[in-house]
Amino acid sequence: MQSFSYVAARTLAEATAILAREGDQAKCLSGGTDLIVFLREGRRRASVVVDVKGIPELNQLSYHPQAGLTIGAAVPCHRIYSDPEVTAHYPGLIDAVALIGGIAIQGRATLGGNVCTASPAGDAIPALIAHQAVCVVASPEGTRELPIEQFFRGPGQTVLGTGELLVALKLPPPRPRMGAAYLRFTPRNEMDIAVASAGVAVALSEDKAHFTHARLALGAVAPTPLFVPQAGEALINQPVSEAAVEAAARAAQAAARPITDVRGTAEQRRHLAYVLTKRALWRAIERARTDGKERENGKLERGG
Amino acid sequence: MHQKVCVTAIINDEEVTFLCEPRQSLLEVLRDVLGLTGAKEGCNNGNCGACAVLLNGVLVNACLVLGVEVNGARVTTVEGIAPKEGLHPLQRKFLEHAALQCGVCTPGFIVAAKALLDRNPNPTEHEVRHWLAGNLCRCTGYDKIVRAVLDAAAEMRAQRQPT
Repeated sequence: MQSFSYVAARTLAEATAILAREGDQAKCLSGGTDLIVFLREGRRRASVVVDVKGIPELNQLSYHPQAGLTIGAAVPCHRIYSDPEVTAHYPGLIDAVALIGGIAIQGRATLGGNVCTASPAGDAIPALIAHQAVCVVASPEGTRELPIEQFFRGPGQTVLGTGELLVALKLPPPRPRMGAAYLRFTPRNEMDIAVASAGVAVALSEDKAHFTHARLALGAVAPTPLFVPQAGEALINQPVSEAAVEAAARAAQAAARPITDVRGTAEQRRHLAYVLTKRALWRAIERARTDGKERENGKLERGG
Repeated sequence: MHQKVCVTAIINDEEVTFLCEPRQSLLEVLRDVLGLTGAKEGCNNGNCGACAVLLNGVLVNACLVLGVEVNGARVTTVEGIAPKEGLHPLQRKFLEHAALQCGVCTPGFIVAAKALLDRNPNPTEHEVRHWLAGNLCRCTGYDKIVRAVLDAAAEMRAQRQPT
């Protein structure tokens, strides 16, 4: 492997100062499941590797019913799906982090790493878009926040400038009667990369008959993970019905602009965008229905 | 070449201090610096699981960890699985069920299976297959491995709760 120096940064100021000074020659290391392979294969060059796992802000994992969820960029997948509150409130994210690679990858791979690798097929990203995640970015000048759908410029390319570091992802608290899901198509269930994928989140009216909120994003059908606002708009205020889901799935399919590569053809991916959107929507709807019931039961039990 | 770094870690319950280059993976350090050749290099990119070890109790691929990253950490390799005398039940059951042929994947499977049974002493066949999906074996067709793990789990449960 190419030679580089190694710094285990302890603070945001230390890490961002190195990133600002070294520019492109500095690479952030969190879980390393992408970066170490990239360095070994010469797909990335580094003179210094900055290990950011030891920075407290990148290790936080906290949920509050009013503030929502904050996940530090260096929190590995296994910590996310082992957390009962995240599992209860962010099922779309859990679907994604529980199928990235295999168990040994999930023990190491981090949410921030999945975002910063910026693969069009990155599993966590459509789910994070559906859950309305916001990226917290630090630099020597301070911090800024931006919606995750604005974070990507192309395959492997993000909006992070010199000296900037992804610190955390902030997800708003779940809405009442909300459900979310992430689905992908792969030849193998584990240890595979999405041919195409869909992340969705919906919220239902009190009688659970109408959509009050809907967001959808697709993976591996464009140069970046693709937010499809028109698919959500096709659902809002519509009755929960096969016709509404069909309209959203057609909107998703129309937005997809895939390529043909070793994993699949453009035609197959356009078809998958439609099918996966439908299936993910029905799974999210089912979760919205049952979660609502579970919460009411919980309230009754506590009240009694 | 960049300067070597001094790293101290608990490896198989023993404190070890070693020097390594930042670019050396934990797998290279284990095999080439520390002489622990149980973990194997298969794909060297996280797909085959032949280098699986436990890092602070968490299953990881040693080829995807830098040696310098384990400073202050606890690492368990296949050499640290067996008791002082004899074999771990998983190792014994792999032999009894003939769950290996060439043996290159076996250390990774043993470590990964131990990580599973540490968390879930009574896994279903499906759970075993899902957990071991990151370990590749080109000899056995996996069935014997899965049976060995299920049998080891049953024996370990029986020993824990004698009837």
